[in-house]
Amino acid sequence: MPIPRVRTRLAALLVAPLALAAGLTACGSEGETSAEGGAPASCKAADLPLKQDGKLTIGTDSPAYEPWFSDNDPSNGKGFESAVAYAVAEQLGFAKDDVVWIKQAFNTSYTPGAKKFDFDINQISVTPEREGVVDFSQGYYTASQAVVTMEKDAAKAASLDDLKGLKLGAQTATTSLTAIREDVKPSTDPMVFDTSDQAKQALLNGQVDALVFDLPTAFYITGAEIEGSTITGQFESSEKPEEFGLLTEKDSGLAPCLDEALAALDDDGTLAALEKEWLSDVVSVPVLK
Amino acid sequence: MSWSPSERELERQAVRRRLRLQQIAVATVVTVVVAVGLVVLVLSSPGWDRVRDYFLSWSHARDSFAAIAEGFWINIRIFLVAEPCVLVLGAVVAIARQTTSPWLAPLRLLATGYTDLFRGVPSILVVVICGIGIPALGLAGVTSSLFWLTTFALVLCYGAYVAEVFRAGILAIHPTQVASAEALALTRAQTMRFVVLPQAVRRVVPPLMNDLVSLQKDTALISAVGVFEALRAAQDYQGYNFNGTPLLVAAAYFLVVAVPLTRLTDWLMRRQIEKEQGR
Repeated sequence: MPIPRVRTRLAALLVAPLALAAGLTACGSEGETSAEGGAPASCKAADLPLKQDGKLTIGTDSPAYEPWFSDNDPSNGKGFESAVAYAVAEQLGFAKDDVVWIKQAFNTSYTPGAKKFDFDINQISVTPEREGVVDFSQGYYTASQAVVTMEKDAAKAASLDDLKGLKLGAQTATTSLTAIREDVKPSTDPMVFDTSDQAKQALLNGQVDALVFDLPTAFYITGAEIEGSTITGQFESSEKPEEFGLLTEKDSGLAPCLDEALAALDDDGTLAALEKEWLSDVVSVPVLK
Repeated sequence: MSWSPSERELERQAVRRRLRLQQIAVATVVTVVVAVGLVVLVLSSPGWDRVRDYFLSWSHARDSFAAIAEGFWINIRIFLVAEPCVLVLGAVVAIARQTTSPWLAPLRLLATGYTDLFRGVPSILVVVICGIGIPALGLAGVTSSLFWLTTFALVLCYGAYVAEVFRAGILAIHPTQVASAEALALTRAQTMRFVVLPQAVRRVVPPLMNDLVSLQKDTALISAVGVFEALRAAQDYQGYNFNGTPLLVAAAYFLVVAVPLTRLTDWLMRRQIEKEQGR
């Protein structure tokens, strides 16, 4: 039987746009490149390559945890990271009202494609692997790892050797988890949680013996969140010194200015003062050997 | 004197051959054009370089391969434990819903409630509630092992779907079959056991296989409560190294299992159609 003409045409009509679209985009525009490689003319607010003119857009995860933020509201200037963010903004010449906060889950803060934030502040540790994908500012906080257990089990986790025999847990993709794997090397695989809330629940349920967090987070958990939990000690992970940095899109051009702002804050003692104000009690924890 | 095709028959064959070749040519050209177009579209998009670096990095694939393999072994084990449990649970619930005795009314109600509930709740919620909620109750003698808790959750979710598949199979058996069994003085239970179920099960093999493939994929849901299976291993590597290649590696692991299963399902379906309808 011959092919019915009309049907063939209809089918061809269906395929044509596909081929056409492909052809057009192939020789079409390259789109706007959002990255303005290279440093801006100066680090004045007016010269910075911003997502939104005249505004500094800062990303962080939601919920925003203590002691980094307060009341899950990054824009109140309370909590260490909120305070640091506003101090950096001030250094760059932004008024408090010109700072815009957006919610940015950690695991989408580094994926390819245009970002909505100028920089992201979310307890993100700077590592060489990560620096190949995004740009980091210099560190604004040096973190060590801390071990959280229930008080009744505290004696069982008094040294790094003790930890080897325990069921440990940490949050996914954190340096705490890497510290467990590379420094503690426990005999059973650690549990890996999506959020620190899940990790806390597992500790309460007795599904893990001990959790590893960065020290300030551990402090807040034992102080305000889990009744009857305690920090048995802190240890330096082998990737030291472990530092939290501000994350900005690769080649956004912001990193040098963020560095400049943080260096100024470091020199005039602002960073140390903020650390003392929000994270002060973290110094008296014994170091695990 | 042997048969030889007439002039006209030969002409017919030639026309048919020409038309078939024509169709094959059109299909080939169109497929190639569309495929090339799509490839060009992707490769020429402004963000392609970044996507390639992020998702197609050979070194990251190599580095994450072993951890994901270890995780995938957990997926496989959960699947192997859950699948027989799902089939048994589904069959029991389906049969319970088909009982007629007034004494069994509560059982029917329970079975109906169960299928409605677990087909209506997102599986991931069931997994989270079982994995985190049950151990929080602190019941004596109940395991706090996430492996068993999450397997239990998946069995609950999929048991409901499979029960409905079985029930559809049972309902599809023509009432004359039951009437005939009754005429032969079989009891209701015997009718179910010897007449209805064997035919029903044979009929629902393809949709059952579909649910089986789906269950195999959904073992990834257990990552939500912190079991370090393939997806969680991939995401962990991704978050630590800021590279998404391991996600594709994990996808490949699932495909290696799922594709043969889906092919087998298709083959079973085709065979069944051939057997039943002589096509």
